[in-house]
Amino acid sequence: MQAHVGGRVERPEGRAKVTGKSVYIADLKVEGAWLGGTVRSDVARGTLRGFDFAPEFDRTRVVIVTPTDIPGENVQALIVDDQPILAAERIEHWGEPLLLVAAPDARTLEAALAAIRPRIDPLPPVLDMELSKHAQKQITIEKGDVDAAIRAAKKNGHIVLEGTYHTDSQEQLYIEPQGCVAFPPDKDGTIVVKGSLQCPHYVRKALVRCFGVTPGQARVVQMETGGGFGGKEEYPSVVACHAALLARAARRPVSMIYDRHEDLAVTPKRHPARVRHKTVVDKHGRLIAMDIDVLLDGGAYTTLSPVVLSRGCIHAAGPYRCENTRIRGRVVATNHVPYGAFRGFGAPQTCFAIERMMDRVARATGIHPFALRHKNMLRVGDSTATGQILKDSVGSAEVLAAVAEKTGIDKHGWCAPRDARAGKARGLGLSFFYHGAGFTGSGEEMLKGRVRIDVLADGRVEVLAGSTEIGQGTNALFLAITAESLGCETADVVVATPDTAHVPDSGPTVASRTCMVVGGCLTKACRELAARVGGDVKRPWRERAREFAQRGGDGQVTVQYSSPKDVVWDDDTYTGDAYPVFGWAADVAEIEVDLVTLEVEVKRFSTAVDVGKAIQPALVEGQIEGGSLQAVGWAHLEVVTTRAGKFEQDRLATCIIPTTLDAPKFDVMLVEIPYAHGPFGAKGVGELPMDGGAPAVVAAIEDAIGVHLTRVPATPERIMEALESASQARKQ
Amino acid sequence: MKAIFDEASAIAVTLTVNGTTSALRVPPLRRLLDVLREDLSLTGTKEGCGEGECGACTVIVDGRAELACMVPVCQVDGAVVRTVESTELESLQNAFLAEGGAQCGICTPGMIVMARAWLAECESAGVAPTVDGAREALAGNLCRCTGYEKILASVMRAAGVKT
Ligand code: FES
Ligand code: FES
Repeated sequence: MQAHVGGRVERPEGRAKVTGKSVYIADLKVEGAWLGGTVRSDVARGTLRGFDFAPEFDRTRVVIVTPTDIPGENVQALIVDDQPILAAERIEHWGEPLLLVAAPDARTLEAALAAIRPRIDPLPPVLDMELSKHAQKQITIEKGDVDAAIRAAKKNGHIVLEGTYHTDSQEQLYIEPQGCVAFPPDKDGTIVVKGSLQCPHYVRKALVRCFGVTPGQARVVQMETGGGFGGKEEYPSVVACHAALLARAARRPVSMIYDRHEDLAVTPKRHPARVRHKTVVDKHGRLIAMDIDVLLDGGAYTTLSPVVLSRGCIHAAGPYRCENTRIRGRVVATNHVPYGAFRGFGAPQTCFAIERMMDRVARATGIHPFALRHKNMLRVGDSTATGQILKDSVGSAEVLAAVAEKTGIDKHGWCAPRDARAGKARGLGLSFFYHGAGFTGSGEEMLKGRVRIDVLADGRVEVLAGSTEIGQGTNALFLAITAESLGCETADVVVATPDTAHVPDSGPTVASRTCMVVGGCLTKACRELAARVGGDVKRPWRERAREFAQRGGDGQVTVQYSSPKDVVWDDDTYTGDAYPVFGWAADVAEIEVDLVTLEVEVKRFSTAVDVGKAIQPALVEGQIEGGSLQAVGWAHLEVVTTRAGKFEQDRLATCIIPTTLDAPKFDVMLVEIPYAHGPFGAKGVGELPMDGGAPAVVAAIEDAIGVHLTRVPATPERIMEALESASQARKQ
Repeated sequence: MKAIFDEASAIAVTLTVNGTTSALRVPPLRRLLDVLREDLSLTGTKEGCGEGECGACTVIVDGRAELACMVPVCQVDGAVVRTVESTELESLQNAFLAEGGAQCGICTPGMIVMARAWLAECESAGVAPTVDGAREALAGNLCRCTGYEKILASVMRAAGVKT
């Protein structure tokens, strides 16, 4: 039999995707459905005084929902209960939902939305995170004695370097916009919502609070989903509550599908960040101390910001050994549209800063950037900033060796004078990074994610999980793991649609956890089932399983995740095993800068990634290429700015992401250093490729034209500014 | 945003979509995209932006790739339209499956249709398809999942070119 793990399993939903038969939320035909829309704030902060209705507006033709129509609590349930479903009085951000409308057709809806004008007394907004006085969360991670190391630096002949780094926001830009269809409560009071979403059980939790019902009375079904990248982690709960409130009021199904403009204007994006580093190194380039200060703009409500801050801070010292480390982090409230989950979850921001600082250290000490990283990299037995001793599956040396072999970066003459006759300068840039797999600290223990498998009457096995297929390949992954574990064919396995009425809560499809955590539970469940079914393994699985089912055997196995015993975390002191294991990677970007326009072209992008074990190598490569291009886009061309609290890039014509012409040629090298507790040795890969692209591209720009940039995206305007201020500085 | 038009002003339009001819009464400025998706229930063609920027709605109209979100139906009366549901796209569809060119799949119909139009163009111009040519041809079709590497590989596989 062919190997499923490490081999190639066809996506079970693939044929439908390539023939146009898949049903995404906008493709769902619902008889008698009305369309829902949202009246929003047009100021960043203010007090809502009421609504004016245009005189010609006929209210009887539409259904309107205001906060008083919410049967449960006016709370968008997530971590902290600070965000209302509809603002009743206090308005905290531009685009905040104030009132909902449903209408029988698009024309009537448009007219209604135009006819309803909120009356708002504006208040001065806080739009600069440095000026915010309201911290949504603060974290300190401390190891050794940073202050003493800084004080003794001079005496010890150590070098002290300081740097401040900025990263701007970024739009997820899933190609399918947000959308849900909600059905009115049935006679048992059960609400059904179908939608484009990553985390059905998050949406269910939000509906339970909004409607004051039991979890059994809120049913959430995931449709085929056209990309998420974190953007469909928390926001679908907003759309779902809105659509469901309208469906209840209208007593008919309501479809709420955002157009691209609305999606860009009001949905959460990556947190803007400012990271300061003070670094002490000895003359051999050994890191002596790192003092790091992280500031994130959380936007108007807390949403997931505390967790983003946490992941950002834990990764802030990079994959480096340093006995004295202090990381202080703060995420603050402003009157921006709330920032939220996006692949990497705070780590790309802090990774950019540490990698830029490492390049400064390289220059200051005269040590090659590659050698510097190699010298300081964490190895088995070393401890991270939280004091986590790395026990196994540490691919640091291997990934660095792999990119070096492929690109020659280790021998590349750094910032050597180049021949710029062609009007273009070429450069190479390196980044080295790691990313924790699964929830932080005790998160997985608290979550208790579950997976179930069932033997069907015909002997096939059904996998039931709340994990969603959002393009990354969950379905094919589950087929491969199940078929390999049971010794059956992939045709003997079906993956159930994530529907909260049928599948257990496996935890959200986020945090690079589906393969390692949920896949791990699935492996255990399969082992148990295989033991129960028994029989001669040379006989086909389906025959044996059918007989087992006919014998009345119990073919239902549920497994709940439990962390490996040696994973210990203290949430109060932020010390211990932040993650059960890390994925490791090194990137080399090869770029060309046009010396006239200062436009950057990324020609080639080499990346070596330690994923533990690639259960489906083609899927893993797809994740790495896609994630790396998002990182490359953020590095130099994806601009997201705000004015008066409003995103300026609120059309696809202005919100730019890379096209085929902006995409480099990718060289992906998979390194497999197995993780003992992962399924077949696998660990997470989803977010890792987002971390290293920005610093690698910016380092390559520095290599090409000698300008030290400290902010992404590195647009031609910013490169120009940096060149000008560098030449000013030289003149003085 | 879906343009909204007065249903009362409907006109008669004939379209041959994937070999089937339909006579319709639709408002003249209704987008071809809505006619396909709603009137003909062909939901394989996707809407990613509605403003001509993403390529998800690409269809072939009389042999040319067009953005169905930008075409009022009155402009294509009598046209022959091909969408992702066409049975003539099998080699591209198989190539996308084999190479992993479809991840979330939302850009895939537009990509496949665009690739079909480009390969046909190459053939009629008598030029051999190249990866760089494919990059140019697909530059108006956005994909956020794949990094394009496996999409380009899929198209080259369908073209019978080894990459
Ligand atoms: S939907 Fe037509 S180009 Fe985006
Ligand atoms: S496969 Fe998801 S956008 Fe292309």
